[in-house]
Amino acid sequence: MARQLVFGAALIAALAVFPLFSPWSTVILTVALCEGLAALGIMVLLRAGQVSFGHGLFFSFSAYAVAFMAAAKVGHEALVLIPVGMAASGLLAAIVGLFVVRYRAIFFGMLNLAISMVFFSLLEKLFSITGGADGKRVPRPTFAGVEFGREQFELATFYVTLVLCILAALFVARYLLSPGGKALEAIKSNETRLEYLGVSPRKVLYGAYLLSGLLAGLGGAIIALVSGHVTPELAYWVRSGEFVFIAILGGIGGVAGPFLGALMFQIIRGYAAVYAPETWHAVLGVMLLVIIFFAPAGLYGIVAGKGGKAQREEGGR
Amino acid sequence: MSGVILEADDLHLRFGGVQAANGASLKVAANERIAIIGPNGAGKTTFINLCTGYLKPQSGRVVFNGQDVTRLSPRAITRLGVGRSFQIPQLFLDNTVIDNLLLALSAREGSWSPFTPMLRHPKAEEMWALLDLVGLKETGNRIVRELPEGMRKLIDIAVALALEPKLIFMDEPTSGVSSTEKFQVMDTLTRVLDARATTAVFVEHDMDVVARYANRVAVWAGGRIAHQGTPEEILNHPEVRETVIGVGV
Repeated sequence: MARQLVFGAALIAALAVFPLFSPWSTVILTVALCEGLAALGIMVLLRAGQVSFGHGLFFSFSAYAVAFMAAAKVGHEALVLIPVGMAASGLLAAIVGLFVVRYRAIFFGMLNLAISMVFFSLLEKLFSITGGADGKRVPRPTFAGVEFGREQFELATFYVTLVLCILAALFVARYLLSPGGKALEAIKSNETRLEYLGVSPRKVLYGAYLLSGLLAGLGGAIIALVSGHVTPELAYWVRSGEFVFIAILGGIGGVAGPFLGALMFQIIRGYAAVYAPETWHAVLGVMLLVIIFFAPAGLYGIVAGKGGKAQREEGGR
Repeated sequence: MSGVILEADDLHLRFGGVQAANGASLKVAANERIAIIGPNGAGKTTFINLCTGYLKPQSGRVVFNGQDVTRLSPRAITRLGVGRSFQIPQLFLDNTVIDNLLLALSAREGSWSPFTPMLRHPKAEEMWALLDLVGLKETGNRIVRELPEGMRKLIDIAVALALEPKLIFMDEPTSGVSSTEKFQVMDTLTRVLDARATTAVFVEHDMDVVARYANRVAVWAGGRIAHQGTPEEILNHPEVRETVIGVGV
């Protein structure tokens, strides 16, 4: 535990100072943290043995909610847009969750994928509303009432994102230790016994799905602000697949895992795009294979000392 | 019969060509210890499944504490005060023993705060005491998957007891327990049940256990009760001795 706390503190400290010395990294790190938030949502569901291939839905829904509000100048303030975008995706998760938590395993994963692809199609086809494949521009909002220049805005957004990620990770860590979190794990382990404890597995999974949607929505709201532009690509299945990839790459043994995975994903993508622009997907694929075979508990498992072959069974479960 | 806590009345259930319940009826009075015996395939576990909501009968009804529970889910029946342990223990294998009990405690108390770690439940000591009572306190922090079947059986029963049920169904509580330990296990269980005034219905194949711990025995055959009475009456019944116990008169 002490090792993990020290590592967590070191990671936060490194993230906090890095943009000060390398301003070029601010947006990349913010994007990584946003993807880490969505992957954290995926991790919550993976604790129940369920995997969603459609969380791009909540990521993009929140991003578009922010884009529409910013364009309408309803809430031209970043600190208003972020919670509103998150709440919008939470509301959507509350509706979609009613339906998908009735299913398990491949049906759960595919239903999420199907719903996200319906939304992707709507974003593409409803050109007059969504801007179609071109997407929508997100005007830079004020930050705590102050109009920043581009660089200051990016830096402020990064630090707010870092703080929100820490809070989200702390909350999820606490939740996973709580009876609700343990009941969530019990869905993977033995739903029959859970029923015979008088607990509804559906309600437990619904709560986790809601949390998962909110986390993805938080990431989506911030990415809309920092990139200044939203496109249907945010809802595309490849994006949803990346969140799963990041969660597995980082590991689901601890809340730092998805963020580690997201940072590594951005590093690989950045370097591979420069040195192997035609084959960078293959580089990612090989990386994932290496993780699955040699460190099934992911990067977090390696850092926490749980990534060896002895943990293969645990990581595979 | 006074103080009836559970009444199963004329339950019928057919699986394809098998009549698993064929007019099964049983009244259970408060604080009774009823043993259900019978050959394999007689419908003993089906009866428990019908009474606890896992299966729904095609006809007949189950009344618990005056409430018709025939169509209720296992979850709803559990909440009314019916606990259950299984022939094959149903536990959260990747969690520790104490986690299994604490989850039962949280379910019983309705404590679902996302901010309170389960291990710090205000009544966690109660679960350690329960583990101590069933002689498994030493195993509290071990992962269930690592434990032998006999211990899992006891943990399964302890999890059901953690819910403080008014009535508990136990499916073969001593199977998987060594013959030298079965009386010790049953002595412990009886002590816990007595202390909590819990009524118990248990399926059992060991006639020594039946003779010692039941105060009524129901003999199952063909999906219904063929005979019932005190252990002495049943275990000396010529037909039961020949068909169920396997000892000729």
